[in-house]
Order: sequence, then C-alpha cells, then structure tokens
Amino acid sequence: MDTLIARQPLLQVQRCSQSYRTESATELLVLDQVELTIASGEIVGLLGRSGSGKSTLLRVVAGLLAPSCGEVRWRGSPLVGPAEGIAMVFQSFALFPWLTVRENVDLGLEAQGLPPAERAARAEAAIDLIGLGGYDSAYPKELSGGMRQRVGLARALVVHPDLLLMDEPFSALDVLTAETLRTDLIDLWSEGRLPVKSMLMVTHNIEEAVLMCDRILVFSANPGRIASELRVPFAHPRNRLDKAFRQMVDEIYAVMTRRAQPAARLHAAPAPAFGTALHPVSTNLLAGLIETLSQPPYDGRADLPALAAALQLEADELLPLGEALALLRFAELEEGDIRLTDTGRRFAAADTDARKAMFAAALKAHVPLAATIRQVLEERWNHRASAERFRDELEDHMSPEYAHDTLHTVISWGRYGELYSYDEEADQFSLEEPA
Amino acid sequence: MAAGRRLPNAWDFVAVACVLGALMGLAPAVRGTLAPLTAVGAAAVRLDPALLPYYAVRTTLRMFVALVVSILFTFSYGTLAAKSRRAEMLLVPLLDILQSVPILGFLSFTVVFFVGLFPGRVLGLELAAIFAIFTSQAWNMTFSFYQSLTTVPGDLDEAARSFRLSAWQRFWRLEVPFAMPGLVWNTMLSMSGAWFFVVASEAITVGSHTWTLPGIGSFVALALADRNLPAVGWAIAAMLVVILLYDQILFRPLVAWAAKFRVETTAAAPVPEPWVLALLRRTRFLKLASRTVGALLAALGGLRLAPRQTHAARHHAPSRAGDALWLTAVGLVVAAALWRIVLFVSTSLTLPAFGETLIDGCLSLARVLAAVLVSILVWVPVGVWMGLRPRVARLAQPVAQFLAAFPANLLFPLIVILIVRFRLDPNIWLTPLMIIGTQWYVLFNVIAGAAAFPGDLREVAANLHVRGLLWWRRVILPGILPYLVTGAITAMGNAWNTTIVAEVASWGHTTLVARGLGAYIAEATNEGNTAHIVLGVAVMAGFVLVLNRLFWRPLYDFARRRATLG
Repeated sequence: MDTLIARQPLLQVQRCSQSYRTESATELLVLDQVELTIASGEIVGLLGRSGSGKSTLLRVVAGLLAPSCGEVRWRGSPLVGPAEGIAMVFQSFALFPWLTVRENVDLGLEAQGLPPAERAARAEAAIDLIGLGGYDSAYPKELSGGMRQRVGLARALVVHPDLLLMDEPFSALDVLTAETLRTDLIDLWSEGRLPVKSMLMVTHNIEEAVLMCDRILVFSANPGRIASELRVPFAHPRNRLDKAFRQMVDEIYAVMTRRAQPAARLHAAPAPAFGTALHPVSTNLLAGLIETLSQPPYDGRADLPALAAALQLEADELLPLGEALALLRFAELEEGDIRLTDTGRRFAAADTDARKAMFAAALKAHVPLAATIRQVLEERWNHRASAERFRDELEDHMSPEYAHDTLHTVISWGRYGELYSYDEEADQFSLEEPA
Repeated sequence: MAAGRRLPNAWDFVAVACVLGALMGLAPAVRGTLAPLTAVGAAAVRLDPALLPYYAVRTTLRMFVALVVSILFTFSYGTLAAKSRRAEMLLVPLLDILQSVPILGFLSFTVVFFVGLFPGRVLGLELAAIFAIFTSQAWNMTFSFYQSLTTVPGDLDEAARSFRLSAWQRFWRLEVPFAMPGLVWNTMLSMSGAWFFVVASEAITVGSHTWTLPGIGSFVALALADRNLPAVGWAIAAMLVVILLYDQILFRPLVAWAAKFRVETTAAAPVPEPWVLALLRRTRFLKLASRTVGALLAALGGLRLAPRQTHAARHHAPSRAGDALWLTAVGLVVAAALWRIVLFVSTSLTLPAFGETLIDGCLSLARVLAAVLVSILVWVPVGVWMGLRPRVARLAQPVAQFLAAFPANLLFPLIVILIVRFRLDPNIWLTPLMIIGTQWYVLFNVIAGAAAFPGDLREVAANLHVRGLLWWRRVILPGILPYLVTGAITAMGNAWNTTIVAEVASWGHTTLVARGLGAYIAEATNEGNTAHIVLGVAVMAGFVLVLNRLFWRPLYDFARRRATLG
C-alpha cells in the first residue's frame, strides 16, 4: 500500500478550522487545524465519539460546509461548494420517500443531464452491483433498513465518484445486517468492482474501522482535532478473531482512553467550574457498571474491548461511562483497561441511601459545576437559582449542545445525589423538595 | 384538519339529509317569526375612534363566550362520538357535513331565529352573533378532540383502567390532557377564522331590517356606508391591536403550556418561553394564584363523579335489538328530513332556478380556484425560501399566522375603492378580495413544511447537484406536498365563505356585484328570501363536499403516504 501514497493526492485538507458564533458572541471551535490527505486507492476512517466534529469534517470535504479558515483542495484545485466526483452515503440513508428505488438512484444522473438511455443503463448496473435487482419499483418505506442503505450506496456509486464519503453508514443497522453490508462492500472493493478511487468513512465503531480501513485517524473532541493516525497493515478479507486484529483494537481503545485522562486529571488543580463538558450518562448505568465490575469475572478490573463485547455496548457508549466513573473517582482508566477504586468497591457494596450519600460527596468533590450550584443555592436567601445563568456561563465555554448536555447531566446527577432539586417548568434549581 | 376519512358512504347520505332537512324545516319557522320584528332597531353605533376600545371589547367578549360554548360542545359531542359506537356512526359524518356548510349563509336564519326568541331585546342579537361565531369555531375543535380520544395509547388506557379511574376522573386525568396539544392548536386556528365571522355577523340586513350590535364589525359597516376612509383605518388599527394582544397574552402561553402534554418522550426543539408564561411561572404572587386555581381544578377533576370501572373489558357482540332500534330511529329522522326536502323542493324550487344556482356555483368555483392558485403560485416560492432558513422562518411564521387571523373583510373597502376608481370589471376584480384572506393559510403551511424538510435530504440534493426545475420537481415540492394540501384545503374553505361577502361589495351607494353563488346568497339574504338562501347554501355545501371528497382528501392521503417513511 505504501506505493500508493506517493501518487498525486485526491484530496488535501489544509489547516482547516470550523467555528461558529454563539449568541453570546464567543467563537466556538468545532474543528481545529485539521490536516488530512487522501490518496487514490485507499480507505480512510475517521474514528471518534459522537459530537467530536468528524461528521463536520466530512461535510467540509463534501463541500456542503465551507470551512471558517484553511483550504480544501480537490484533485489539485480549491474546493468550492459540492464538487463533482464526490458522493456521500448518509447514516440516516436520506432516501427520498416519494421516489422509487430506481428514481432515487437515477436522481444524480438526471441532475447531470445525461441522456435517458445511458441513465437507465447505469442505474441498472448500480442496482445490480449492490444487490438490489428486482426492487426497482419499490418505495423506500417498503424496504428494510439494510436494503435502504443499499439504495443509498447505489445512489452514490451510480455517479461514479472518485471519492465516496460515508457518514456512519452502518450505525443505524442491526448487527447482522451491518456485517453483511460491510463484507459485501469490502468484497466489491477488493475485486475492483466499485467505480470509486477512494473512500473516506466516519465511524465510532473501532472494530468496523479496523475491519475496513487502510488508515485510521482518531479524532479527539471539543474542539475536534486529529489525535493520532494509525495504519492498518492487514490484507482483505480480515478476520476479527485474528490475534493481530484484536491487538490493534486494544491499541485503539488505549489511544482513545489515554486522551480521556487529562479531563479527569484536571481537578488536581482547581478546575474551572464551567470548562468541562459532561456526557449525559444515566446514574442507573453508572451504578450498573460499578456493580458489574465489582463482580466476577471482572473483580474490579476489566479490559474495555472485552467489556464492551460482553455488555453489547459500542466503544462510543462505553467510553463516556468509563470517563464519568473516572471523573467521580469511582474507577480509573488506563491503557484500555478500567479498574474500580476503593470508593467504587464501597459503592458497589452499599445500599441505596449510602450510595446516594457517596454519590453526593463525589459530586461535591470532583464535579465543580455541581458544587457551584449547591453553593449558590445555599447562599441565596430563598435557596433558589435560575438555571439560565448556569446555562449562559456554560455556553461561554462550549457549544450550546454541549452546554445543554452538561446541564442536563448535572441536573440528573444532582437529583440522584439529592444535592439539589430542579423544577423544569420554572427552569430553576432549589434546595427544597419539589412541590 | 380532519384526515383519514375516505370515500362517502351511506352515513354521509344520512348526515346530508339531516342537515338539509333541518335547514328547510327552519325556513317556515323563520318566515313566521319575521313579521313581529319591528321593535328591535339598530343599536346606535357612532364613528368615533374614542369609542373603538369599547367596541373592540364587545367584539372580543363575543368571541370568548363563543369559545367557551365551543369547548363545552367539543367535550360533549366529541366524547359521545368517541364512546358510543352507535352515536359515532351518525355524529362523525354529521360533523363533516357541518364543516362544509358556508356559515355566513346561516346568518340570516339565526339572526331572525334568536331575535324572535327574545323579541325587543339586544340579547337575541348577541346570541345570534355568538352562535355564528360558535359555528365557525366548533367543528374542527370537535374533530381534533374526537380523533385524540380514539387514539389514546393502549398502555395509558390500560393503566387508567387498572387504577380503576371513574369515567369522570379518566376524562380529566387521561383524555383531556392527551387531547390538549391538538385541541389548543385547533382552538387557535378557530379563533383566527372566527374574527372574519364576528365582523360579518355584527351588522346584518334581512329584508327591510338592519340589525347592528356595537362592535368593530358594525363600526366598519357604518364607515363603509358613510364612505369614511379614516374610520376604516381606525378600525383596522384597533383590530391589529386586539389580535396582537390576545395572541401574546393567551395563545402563546397556551401553546407552550400544552407542549407538556405531548406523549412522545424525546425532547422537542426548545421553544423560547412566552413572556406571559414566564411571568406566571416566575412571579411569586401570580404563581401562587395560578397554583390555587390549578389545585382547585385538579380537585374537581379528581372527584369520583361516576362509578368506578370494575368490570374487565369484554368484547361482547353489540346487541342486535339495540342496533335495530337505533337504525329505525335514524331511519325515521331521515325519512322526516327527506319529506321536508321533498316538500320544500316541490313548493319553492323550480328546475331552472336550480340550474341557475349551479351555474353561479361554477362561476364562484372558478374564482375560488383562481384565488387558491394565485396564492400557491405566489407564496410557495416565498414560503420555501423562508422555511429553509430557520432564522427567517422563526420570524415569518408567527407573522403569517397573525395575518391569517386578521379579518380580511376589513380590508375590502380599499380594493373596492380601486375598482370604482378605475372602473374595473367586478366579475374579475372582486376575486382579489378572496385572495387577501386566504393566501396566509397557504403561506404558513408552506413555511412549516419547508422548515420540517429533513436536512439530510437537502444535503443529498446538494451532493448530487440537483438544481433548478429538477430540484423543485423531485425534491422540495413532493416534500412539502402534505403541508401544501392542508394549506390549500383551509384556504379553499375560507375562500368559499368569503364569496358571500366578497361577491357583493359596497362603498357608500356604489354596490359592486360579481355573478356567483356568494352574491346569490347575499342577495337572497338582503331580500329575506329564505327559499333562495337554503338553495344557495345547499348548493355551496354540495360544491365544497364534492371537491373535498373527490379531490382534496385523496390528494392529501396520497401526499401523506408518499412523503413519509412510516
């Protein structure tokens, strides 16, 4: 594969940043100085959490979004607007419900103004290639999720794009369907039957990335930047159970948890109350994970990929859980492993009231935002405070969605720990019990 | 909007017969009561802007009294239709027919009828106006409530039954809250539509009698007769203020409040809290007051007024004897109604007269279609442009709704003056009057449709370079079609009603008449010719029904089927 890199790159993303203005007029960075080069003949994966900006990058590459600064060069010249030769496959399939399978596939050709005979032939070929023969006249709602995504693929492939972009193409599908679609796609790619030169896919599924990609770019969030780049040296078809394959998955878990550590370590120094975004993680899940970890076979320590497989969670779902436990000091994350702390073990053994007390103590000690809310309420004569001010302050430090998630999380955690209560209608925190 | 009911069936025939029979049965009664009505004169309305606030309050009060009546009607009629299988067979088609009858055509009947009930007093007139407003508000609210009641989720229904709620408790704890979002939305639409009728129903001429009630509508009527343009301007300004006030004080908070009754558990896009609601929720005193009232109402709803449900739901076959009795009763009513119709037709109707009204109907239909078509051609591009820009849509949507609420008849004089000035042909140029009121329904529905258009589909279109005509044809028009059809149906219903006031327009002593069914009804009203009114109203209702059943409903169902993935 190394020889391929030497060729003229198809796509170059140079120092691209994407930011937008919030209402309080602060600039928020979604992408920070991203560099990306895609050569002909490779499959590149963008791996990261939801909300890390990888989908934004994909849209910048597609020409659907203009970067705030930096440049995208497509086949040597600057990219302005949706470019010819780039087609995209969507997570939600994005099929037009009022068009049949054939009309959906045909739409891109119609837009190019090709003669009807050629359109028919190419649509036919794409439909057959992707295994949709016989479904021509069906409407999308008659199809299963897997078949719908096949239409999405056929629609993108029919225009013979040089670069195929895929935005979490399999994440809305069930496990079996997703696997069939992946292997079908890789088979076609290996046999050289796909009318594309390269593929760029966004995913949060680590195994999927290792299974399909030649290169993996691990994304870090808030702001999104490329944290590390890994080359996948295996030939297709790949075997998930292969020892080297497993090792690579482990390695990527380690990379992804390593960059989670600074967030947890922040609190050694007096951390800013509003600087850290919290992922919306339910306290039920946290308690459940602590209990699971404390019991055999884990006995307080687990390998994250194995744990994810056992709990049927995606990395994307498990990692925020682990990070929340690390933040509250109930567990520690290191090199792809999770380990319960002593507090965590005591939590597992405690009853409901004791657990709530421990949770409250952890919140006060390690979640500055929760501590601040509690303190403000204690200082107020009526023990009430509008949530608006906390939301505003959070939005100075992060995007509105992150601020919303963070506030939502701190509300639900605080309720569980009985640190404060929150009245949704009045949008107010208070110390008294809700009426 | 009533969706889901499809092709006509036998029960529609029953409903049509009942409504027509009742109309024709009323005619002699009206004729009888027409004579002794001389004492009730015109209550003095003066063209003094200082009196306008008082008139505005009177007009608004009428609206709200009618609204209360509509809500009571909704709760009882909707519940009956939803709970009783036998009642449902008759009540639902009946509601559908009532929805299609042009309300303005009724005015002369109801005015004479209510004035006859309270001879010599204003009360009768007030009741007539309130009744007219009620008939413009109630039907869609009732439909919405009925549909909510029949779609209460199974698990909530089972929960209510397992807690052994009495029927009364169940009504207030489960059914009304579940129906609330739809009901509030429809109430808002009803209020918007009703301004039009309140203005039209305050000054009524039947035969040689003119009755006026103090209000903005009669103020405008007088201003028109006096050719007083500044007074018309004042009335328009007063109306704008009133609508702005009730929209801000009542409906914005109500809509935000009703959102909490939505059943879906996923959070909807956050809507900015209306200032009145914020005031209610934040201010200590007001909060206390609203809580007390709330607690009182809650206690009322919690009363165990009906026996608890103790038996398990059993799917017992409906009793044959009961059905037979019910069908016989309905059959008798239909027979009586048919008899009425035959009697009426044989005495007052000649075939040529009927043919004339049909031709008039076609002329009006042409105007109505032109009005809706022009609205669509003008506002679809604008609405799509606005709807696809969230910032613009957020600003434009309330403005369009507001404009839809504004009674277009207040603006008629301006156009009439133009027609008189430039000597235009009223047969053509009175049509813009219909566009004034109806266009907004198209606009705000298109904005809503474009705003709801999925972002990923727009991205696909951009990615595949779908542009120009292809984009309109393949992408956006099919996407907004269900919304567009809803808007067009509402606009069309509105336009039919408008024909009655728009095809005859006057400015001082100049009266412009366009030939059509609306003018026919309006003239029959002026002459006090009940037979002609009944004929005109029936033919118009027929036009509306046929169009709705054979064109709009199937189109709407088609659009819904195609445009969704469900």
